[in-house]
Amino acid sequence: MDSLKELWRYMLTRKKWWLTPILFLLLLLGLLVVAGGPAASFIYALF
Amino acid sequence: MDDFVLGISAYYHDAAACLVGKGKIWAAAQEERFTRKKFDESFPEHAIRYCLSEAGITLSEVRAVVFYDKPLLKFERLLETYYHNAPAGFSSFQASMPIWLKDKLFLKTTLQKAFKILDPEAEPPLYFSEHHLSHAASTFYASAFEEAAVLTIDGVGEWATAGIYHGQGTQLKSLVEMKFPDSVGLLYTSFTYFLCFKVNSGEYKLMGLAPYGRPEQARQLRQKMEKELVTLHHDGSVTLHQPYFQYATGLRMIHEKKWEQLWGFPVRSSSEPLNQNHADLALAIQQFTEEAVIRMAKTAKELTGSKNLCLAGGVALNCVATGKLENCGIFENIYTQPASGDAGGALGAALAFSHLYLKTPRLQANGYDALQGSYLGPSFSEKEVENVLLKTGLPFQYFKNLEELVHFTASNLAEGKIIGWVQGRMEWGPRALGNRSILADPRNPKMQSILNLKTKHREDFRPFAPAVPLEYKTAFFESAAPSPYMTTTTLLKAEHRLPVGEQFSQADINTKLQTPKSNLPAITHSDFSARVQTVTPDTNERFWKLLHAFGSITGTPVLVNTSFNVNEEPIVATPADALRCFLSTEIDLLVLGNFVISKP
Repeated sequence: MDSLKELWRYMLTRKKWWLTPILFLLLLLGLLVVAGGPAASFIYALF
Repeated sequence: MDDFVLGISAYYHDAAACLVGKGKIWAAAQEERFTRKKFDESFPEHAIRYCLSEAGITLSEVRAVVFYDKPLLKFERLLETYYHNAPAGFSSFQASMPIWLKDKLFLKTTLQKAFKILDPEAEPPLYFSEHHLSHAASTFYASAFEEAAVLTIDGVGEWATAGIYHGQGTQLKSLVEMKFPDSVGLLYTSFTYFLCFKVNSGEYKLMGLAPYGRPEQARQLRQKMEKELVTLHHDGSVTLHQPYFQYATGLRMIHEKKWEQLWGFPVRSSSEPLNQNHADLALAIQQFTEEAVIRMAKTAKELTGSKNLCLAGGVALNCVATGKLENCGIFENIYTQPASGDAGGALGAALAFSHLYLKTPRLQANGYDALQGSYLGPSFSEKEVENVLLKTGLPFQYFKNLEELVHFTASNLAEGKIIGWVQGRMEWGPRALGNRSILADPRNPKMQSILNLKTKHREDFRPFAPAVPLEYKTAFFESAAPSPYMTTTTLLKAEHRLPVGEQFSQADINTKLQTPKSNLPAITHSDFSARVQTVTPDTNERFWKLLHAFGSITGTPVLVNTSFNVNEEPIVATPADALRCFLSTEIDLLVLGNFVISKP
């Protein structure tokens, strides 16, 4: 949660809003990969 | 400076920790010295424990922990670079993203967890400095200057690859930056890669090879370089012609085929001996780098009007370039922080936080600077030496009297012995400065070869550095400026050189290596330069006395001073490390404090 807050603060400071969807997608992918288990199967559905 | 601040650098290369507070720098050390893993980039647990123990405090007593750069900005640079170059760079994207998404992006959490393991009771607040600000702070705040221009040059930090700052008192203001992908450091590293030296650590080998290049051939190569590969602007900034490079989007530094076509010879392989083409190219990039650094320094002078310059960043470790900069006379005084690479970021992060955030007054510079001769690492006790000696059963002598110890050591050096000299606190930065050193007689014509091949197990072309008492520097070398950290080169005076003929500079690599060049052959490079360490009694009395003792016997108070390690190993830290290294090399005697150990 702290890390997400950090990311939000970073976005507010740098104001590079066009990076938001890329970051969101990467974080989602990262979560799926790191979490593993049944959720990881969604990774194939995304592409 | 009442509060203790702990600076750390880690997770890229060369992890380190540094503790400042109560008006002084308490300790600074690189993690590699403890773990014995060269350029260890892991969390600097051992270095942190050591720093805290030196001040006799716990982690709970630390006001803040400051990391040396900002990972989110680094991640931003990666994403933007991939985005702008897509679809090129997918392989690099694929390789880097898992690492970032698993660890590096969540560095704050990673660090918090690591500190929790270190001390479950403590929760020190964690801050992040900017990479080049850390470099700038490491040199300006450690210097004795109240006001100075500050120039930082390296491969890349977050976005910046070079920066000019203006330091005044406790203030440090960023004036201008050069940004990724244009970088003098990455350009130099690209040539390091092409000549098959290790990226991020073999750059000094490239620098050592350059004087074997032929000036006329290097001039032609440089013309080609500036036509095809890179544009050098008036202010010292560069534009790298990206089709020739791959570091931004690939897994290699350069586009190898294009470089091979450009230079007319292949990328050097690890088994291929160095030849004249390699040396000529090394000289070309070295001269280009010197020109870029000098132009950047001129820009810093124009922007600040200062008479003082502070240098840091990996490129500041290019002592040939800083030597040339000194000769230019753009600045009256130049200071280079000895740990100018990323390890030094730990010192800079701590100092930046102390002065810019906590507004504490500047450190007192005792003489040259506030680094206490850079002897900021761990020391050892006589008991520790005794314990190690008892285990090995090696013959040893103990000298109660310092004068007798230095006389005995100097006599053995004068007889041609190679001596490991380990005293007091370990040095901060990549150079051994007389506390973790291998010493030898520079007058011996065979010494360079013996030290390179039999003792240090490294390439035979690499030169050695001399140490000399500051008061004798001008008797042997052209520059009179103090150089306690071996951060600049200067020329050997003409009266100590041997005649080599007018065409010597155009001679080939083997001729340059074999030709006797001076009456101090072990420390004279093929262009008559030397990376001198000046020694003063206020920071290292023992070493200063040893140099004088050697001078009384031989008439030459100059010694070869090279780091106490073998190739690809970190410099020794403890008596046990020293003994291990002593036994595995052809070092004749080991002096550990007041103990002199010989081989059976």
